[in-house]
This record gives sequence, structure tokens and C-alpha cells, in this order.
Amino acid sequence: MSHAVPSRVVLDPRFAPPFPQAALPVLRNPQLRKNVAHAIDVIQAKRAKLVGEKTDWQALRAAASAIRTNALENLGAYLEEFEARCTAAGGTVHWAADAAEARRIILDLLCQEKASEVVKIKTMTSAEIQLNPALEAAGVSVIETDLAELILQLGEEEPSHIVVPALHVNRSQVREIFARRMGLKNLSDDPKELTNAARTYLRGKFLSIPAAISGANFLIAETGSVAVVESEGNGRMCLTLPRALITLAGIEKVLPRFQDLEVMLQVLARSATGERMNPYTSLWTGVTPGDGPQCFHVVLLDNGRSSILSRPKQRQTLKCIRCAACLNACPVYRQTGGHAYGSVYPGPIGAILTPQLMHMEHAQSLPYASSLCGACYEVCPVKINIPEVLLELRAQAVNQERQQAGRFFDPMYLGLRIASLLFARAWRFHAAQRLGRIGLRLFTRRDGWIHSLPGIGAKWTQTRDLRGLPGQSFHEWWATRGKEAK
Amino acid sequence: MRASLFITCYNDTLFPETGRAVVRLLERLGVELEFQPRQTCCGQMHANTGFRGEAFAQAKRFVRLYREAETVVIPSSSCVAMIRDQYPGLFEELGNEALRREFAALLPRVYELSEFLIDRLGVEDVGATFPHRVAYHASCHGVRALCLGDRPYRLLAKVHGLELAEIPNAERCCGFGGTFSVKNAEVSSAMLAVKLQDIVSTRAEYCTALDNSCLMHLGGAMHRQYAAMRTIHMAQILASTEDCPPEATP
Repeated sequence: MSHAVPSRVVLDPRFAPPFPQAALPVLRNPQLRKNVAHAIDVIQAKRAKLVGEKTDWQALRAAASAIRTNALENLGAYLEEFEARCTAAGGTVHWAADAAEARRIILDLLCQEKASEVVKIKTMTSAEIQLNPALEAAGVSVIETDLAELILQLGEEEPSHIVVPALHVNRSQVREIFARRMGLKNLSDDPKELTNAARTYLRGKFLSIPAAISGANFLIAETGSVAVVESEGNGRMCLTLPRALITLAGIEKVLPRFQDLEVMLQVLARSATGERMNPYTSLWTGVTPGDGPQCFHVVLLDNGRSSILSRPKQRQTLKCIRCAACLNACPVYRQTGGHAYGSVYPGPIGAILTPQLMHMEHAQSLPYASSLCGACYEVCPVKINIPEVLLELRAQAVNQERQQAGRFFDPMYLGLRIASLLFARAWRFHAAQRLGRIGLRLFTRRDGWIHSLPGIGAKWTQTRDLRGLPGQSFHEWWATRGKEAK
Repeated sequence: MRASLFITCYNDTLFPETGRAVVRLLERLGVELEFQPRQTCCGQMHANTGFRGEAFAQAKRFVRLYREAETVVIPSSSCVAMIRDQYPGLFEELGNEALRREFAALLPRVYELSEFLIDRLGVEDVGATFPHRVAYHASCHGVRALCLGDRPYRLLAKVHGLELAEIPNAERCCGFGGTFSVKNAEVSSAMLAVKLQDIVSTRAEYCTALDNSCLMHLGGAMHRQYAAMRTIHMAQILASTEDCPPEATP
């Protein structure tokens, strides 16, 4: 049990090992794989049931996709509209070009508020900009209030899922973390008792801490409102009790009209947690005198997003509403969990988002972390064709790597270039078949199968045999039939 | 009805018995077949690994070889998916207008085997006999790219003596993914292990599919593990009759 989480997980693409290597500790960890498979099977089954009961699911999906596409195509105008409405309602809007600027803005705001402690609602965007370590370094204590985020924070773990970040941790591990960090020696692993421990721990923080940080599920251009959906009520506490509220949101989060929530909230809850409606939906517009935070700031984060927006084939990546349905559907994620992706955004969406947000050279293995089975695209509520973007990024990776001299002799690259020369002329292809037949005879056992190959072939034969090459190819057989091909 | 066979590179090299079965099956149904001996590969391996220029060369080759064909039949769902899903983008990005138009005219005449039988020939009962318990593996490209739906099941249901076994989690990938199986060999193997468990649980004698690439992956693991099951391409089942069962393979 104590080995359930691989040590030294790195969720920064600049330093994380490539995907195939990063996946190994998980593949060797039955407990972790069991935790992951069990958790996503439960969510998947709930999702399938609730999507199944919507007879107009495909129409809803098409509508959600159209709303997101329109939002991105007119992003500049909608963001300015949001800024104007939010400001008119008493909020303050800040623009952050990158992670460092966003961190600086948030830190300055907390200084102004003289807040040495801050409560937080789960936000992937803050993990993206590595906000917590920056705040802690500046002397601000950060308290995560989402149950899963609290588990991770107290256990000093890294998130492995977008919606269920502590998915890789089971309850006996949660018990151990809580008992150790909250000083509760007699705590059992009964979920009710664990939840109560977290509630008691957090209640005092909600009531005393003067500032909160949230993310945003949606920004509404038409009204200047912000929407946050959650399941535990911790968000509602953070959004109403503190004096000051800072919302960090990626610029792509904007929806044109309030009415768009009708579609988006339906697809989000069903896709993310397999619920008809999420338990808590909070919507607020600027500041309301005498009610809730009296000081409200929105930090709009670019951090690579406008460069994604400028590439037509990849732009669809930004339609993402972070439901994580693609993670739950992905047969690769099911085996590896999230940490192998070396990013706060794991799974299929992470495999396309991370290399685009960061510099590609830090994440070249990610676009290849997929068998291209298409399950992600099938479940995506906003119809992001993830396989298409993966292929686009693979082509870019190859173009980049071609500039690197060392890559010339990489066995796979060499093999693919040779294959391309062979496929260009039938006679070359046929000669290679005959040569291969002779060459592979060395490795073919009497039963007609190859059990072990050298070099890159060993990657295949480590778990599978390969049938030896038959003595006659199809085209040779066809020629013996005496038929004239046209 | 005339059809030109695009047998694909790996079927030509590794699984010629599949091609022979397609010939036997379609000629039995009265289709006049032709075979372009200059055919090689659809370019999928290159395209899926990021070698777009090389893939485009194959796409051009495909159009030049088949533009005159009345119909093209391909016994490999992933190669059909390559042509349908990726060629348009390649022609748009790298090709010229004339080539793009030629391809657009050819595309509606390109069929995966089960599509050709049901949509073009309008047959479900192909007169086959195969008295065995068979599990059908719905390959990812067949299910999600080509949307073959119940076509394969309708064909198998009409095979005399065949008992169809349902694979749990039928639509989950086997982990092959072309170069993925080598680039991410360990993850691919983990996916394969899970899939194999589901397939073996059916206690079928054969696992069939419309794509030899998945079958090469699954069959390779079955052989390694001494599983009591073999793989067989669906063309071989559909070609099989009482007098002429599928050819023996190693």
C-alpha cells in the first residue's frame, strides 16, 4: 500500500520524463492501476447511463460544439464585452500574458488585501501556472478546500485527473494522510468519517480566512458573470464568505450569452461526473453590496492560448470545457493514470493541450501517447477531434526532429524513411518482401512463428509472437492464377 | 459488378490467405475482380507517425492506380479509414486541385469488405459455413471511423453453424495502434493484456475481425500465451464452405 504512488512524480513538461518511461512505474503498480481502473469504470458507467437517457444527446453535443466554436472565433470581442460588463458590475479585470504575470497579479492583490492565508476552490488553471508554490514562497498559506485537492495538498501528492484529481488515491491512503496531517490517530477509513474530518478541518478556515481564489467554468460575455460548478459546497463557501475573491480563468472560458449555459451545464455535468445536474452551480456578477465578497477580481490568463487560437487546425483544442470524459474513455489513461503525462492536464486532452501550451520540445512524446482509437472524440461533449489534433502535432514533432542530426539514425525514423522508398515502387516493395522472407527465416521457429526479434523488433516480441512470413505473397499467388491484371 | 482489390501492404506480405479468401468469396458472389500488381501501401503508418509527406506520396499513388476502377474493395478497416479520414486533409494541404477532384470522385467507390457486401452487393447471407464458436472483435477504426455498426454481425449471423460470442467491453482498443505498439510497447502490452482477458473469457475457438492489424496483435499474444483460441480474418470465415474450409495457417 505504501508504494501505491510512484515517487517523484513531476507534473512539469520541462522536467518530466517522456511518456513511455513515465508510464513504467504505474504499469508495475497493481494497486494504483486498480484504483484508476475502478474509479473511471464507475464514472464511465454513470456517464453512459445518463447520456443514454438523453435522446437528443447528439444534437446537444452539436449545439455545445457550435457555441464553443463561435466563442473562439470571436474571442476578442467577447472578452472585451465580458470585461466591460464585469467592470460595470463592480469587478476588476486583469489581463495576464503568461503564468509569471498571473502569479504576480494575484500575489499583489493578496498583499493589498493583507491576506496571509487564502482558501481555494479546485482550479486546474492555478495548477497550470504553479500558483500554490509561488504563494507559499511569498508567505501566503494556501488551503485547498475541494476534498480531493485537500487530500493531495496534505499528502503532498500531484493531481492525476482533471475532475477527480485524487483518483489514484484509495480511501485507506486518505485515512493515512488525514490521520497524519490532522493528528487524528483513531480515524477509520469509513468515507463518512473521512468526510467529517475534512469538514471539521475546513469549516474553521472558511469562517476565518478573508480571501479566496477560484477558477471559472464559464465567463459570460453578455452579463459579465462568472460560473463555477462543484459537488461539495466548498466552492459556495469560498465564493460567499471571504471579503475578497480572485478568479483565475483562461481566456478561452468565455461564453457569448447567458442562455448558452442551458446547453453547456447539461453536457458538462453528464460528461464529467455522470450527473443530470451538478450539486452546486454558483453564478455571480461583479460585487453585490452587503452580500458576498466586496472586492472581486478576475485574472484573464493567456499563457499560450492565443498562439493555439492562431492555428486553425489546432484551435479546436480550446473548445475544451475540462469535463475529462476523454480521460475516462481512454484505454491508455486507464492503464497509466494521469501522472505519466507529466502535466497537470493528463489524458487525451492533455496529450494535445500540454505540447501546445508549453514548448513542443518539452512534450514531444505526448502526441504519441495514444493508439488513435478515437474513443476520446466519441465522448467529447464539444466534439474536439482529438485524434486529428494528435496527428497534426505528430507531424510537427517529426518536422522539428528532422532538423536534429541525431534523429537521422533513430531506428524507427530510419525504418520509416526506408519503408517510404520501398512503397514508392512496387518492384522495390516486392524485392524487400523476398529479402525479408530470407532474413526472417533465421528467427522463425519450426512452428512457423517468430518468438524473438533483435533491435526495435524486440519491442514487439517482448509480449507477442509474430507469425513468420509466408512463402508466397498475395500478389505472387495472384500472378500464378494466370489472370491478367488490368 | 467489377471490383479492384486493394489488398494492402501487410495483408500482401503477412496474410495472403486473407486476400485469397476475399477472392474466393467475391468470385462466388459473381464479382469480377481485378488486382493492380503495382499497389503497395495506403500510407497509414507514415501518416499516423507524423510523416505526412511520405503518406501523401502513397495517397497520390492510390488515386493514380484506382481512378479508373468501378469499385475498390479493401479487407482492412484501418486502411479504409486512412483513405476516408486522412486523404482529404493530405490532398488539401499538399496536393493540387486536379488531384483533389480526382480523389473526391474516387472516394465514394471505395469500400471496406463488409460495406461492399451489404451496401453495394446487398447480400447478408454469403452462403458460408463455419461451425465454430466465434468472437467478433470490433476494431476501433471499424466502429468509430467507418461506423460499420451491425454490418459485421449481420454477416456473421447468416453463416451456417457459426455461434457468435460477445466480447465484454467490445469497443475498447486492443492497444495495437500501429507504431504505438513499438513506441509505447509497455503501455500497449498492458492494454493488450486487458483486452485478451475479455476475449478469452468468451471461450470462443476463434477471434475474428475485419482488420488483420488488430488480429496480428491479438494473435501474437494468444500464441505467446498458449491461449486456446486463434485469430482469423472475417473474409476467411465468409469464404468458408462445407467443402472448402479456411486454409490452414501456422
